[in-house]
Amino acid sequence: MALKGNLRDFSTTQLLNLINLARKTGTLSIDGPQPAQLSFREGKLIYASLGNGQNDLAHVLFEAGKLNTKQLQIIQSRAGRTSDKQLGHLLIQAGYVTQSDIIQSVRQHVLDIVYKLFTWADGHFRFDANRLPEPDRITIPIDLESVIMEGSRRLKEWERLQHELPNLDVALRFTERPDARLRNINLTVEEWRVVSFVNPRNNISQIARANNLSDFQIRRIVYGLLQAGLVEFVRQQRTAPVVSKTNSTAPPAPEPVEQQSPSVKRSVVHRLIERIRNL
Amino acid sequence: MQAVKMVVTGPFSAGKTQFISAVSEIDVVSTERRISSAAEQIKETTTVAMDFGRITVGPDLVLYLFGTPGQRRFDFMWEILSEGMLGFIVIVDSTRPETFREAKRILETFETYASTPFVVAANKQDHSDAWEPDDLRIILSLQNGVKVLPCVALDKESVKNVLLELLYSVLERMDEEDR
Repeated sequence: MALKGNLRDFSTTQLLNLINLARKTGTLSIDGPQPAQLSFREGKLIYASLGNGQNDLAHVLFEAGKLNTKQLQIIQSRAGRTSDKQLGHLLIQAGYVTQSDIIQSVRQHVLDIVYKLFTWADGHFRFDANRLPEPDRITIPIDLESVIMEGSRRLKEWERLQHELPNLDVALRFTERPDARLRNINLTVEEWRVVSFVNPRNNISQIARANNLSDFQIRRIVYGLLQAGLVEFVRQQRTAPVVSKTNSTAPPAPEPVEQQSPSVKRSVVHRLIERIRNL
Repeated sequence: MQAVKMVVTGPFSAGKTQFISAVSEIDVVSTERRISSAAEQIKETTTVAMDFGRITVGPDLVLYLFGTPGQRRFDFMWEILSEGMLGFIVIVDSTRPETFREAKRILETFETYASTPFVVAANKQDHSDAWEPDDLRIILSLQNGVKVLPCVALDKESVKNVLLELLYSVLERMDEEDR
């Protein structure tokens, strides 16, 4: 089924989080200020392109400072339809670059594109499952957790942060097995300080005060931690549980409904189930 | 006569009225008005007070289904409607991702009213552009224990399945509390 919408309704962070958690394979196309495409394999970012050109290996290496202008021109004039993979082999054999240069440059090119997308607030997107880049493209698997964290760091949209985290009087706790995720994430010193205070007894405001962080700073850090799936909110309940065994002997509630007791016996639920099955 | 209440909530035009109508033994009592807001003119009328459906179980027991108004300016009614509910159902139009954020807000608000079980019904799963329930789970930040059920509110069997899953969740909650 389709996975499409608009960045007005979902931030890039949310989309990447979805792709990461669902371990999706396919290509995300975004019609933003420029057309952008991100490709993923089993939840890892493997390729990105922006605009209608200059995503080929020669340009990527040139942008990374691994090739000079003259070398770029020679490659463009001679390489013709040489694929990225073929060109990479040729350049390594010719001693222009190393394999590590290529990997680092492609990786940085992909990251530069994806971080740019974090600032886009509008644009239709569509995820085409199982559609991958052409096989001649060089793909580098990149864990999305760190991308999400770094993208969130760069996120300057105060309004969106405020919308996502309107209430700082809620506590945080670690999600299940955060240790496995923490191993793959590079946290800043400030983020580590916040992480060290994550505890159901500390609300976000208290953590901010303890670390001398402004509302904006704590929102940005907590938002990143939430989107990376490291922490979650501890929700406060305002009322007692409605279904309570301690009230199970209460008399049947009279009408009208608004005045009924919330107490419901197990036998009542079984009768409801039987009735609905037979509708 | 014991009356049990379930609340059907969700964003504007998610399919709450259709959901209740599919299983109610009475014509759904709903206060519908022509829509004035240009932003909300997806359909001609909408529920401004509440929907009200009924399923009689026996002479001593009846199930009431209350649908919340979908428009934000009637938020004040949510807490009133949630009082004493057995559980609640959050209907999400799977084809309208622009409403998912609102669905999340509604869900989180209802969670603060009472710790009753709830399920999410991913409506309009018969449409080709519907988001999958698993994707909705992630985008709504739902925990694994929360059921996200495929649903077609116009299909009685589909609605029955959602109601039954909510009741199973109620039983599971009772079991947990008995331990």
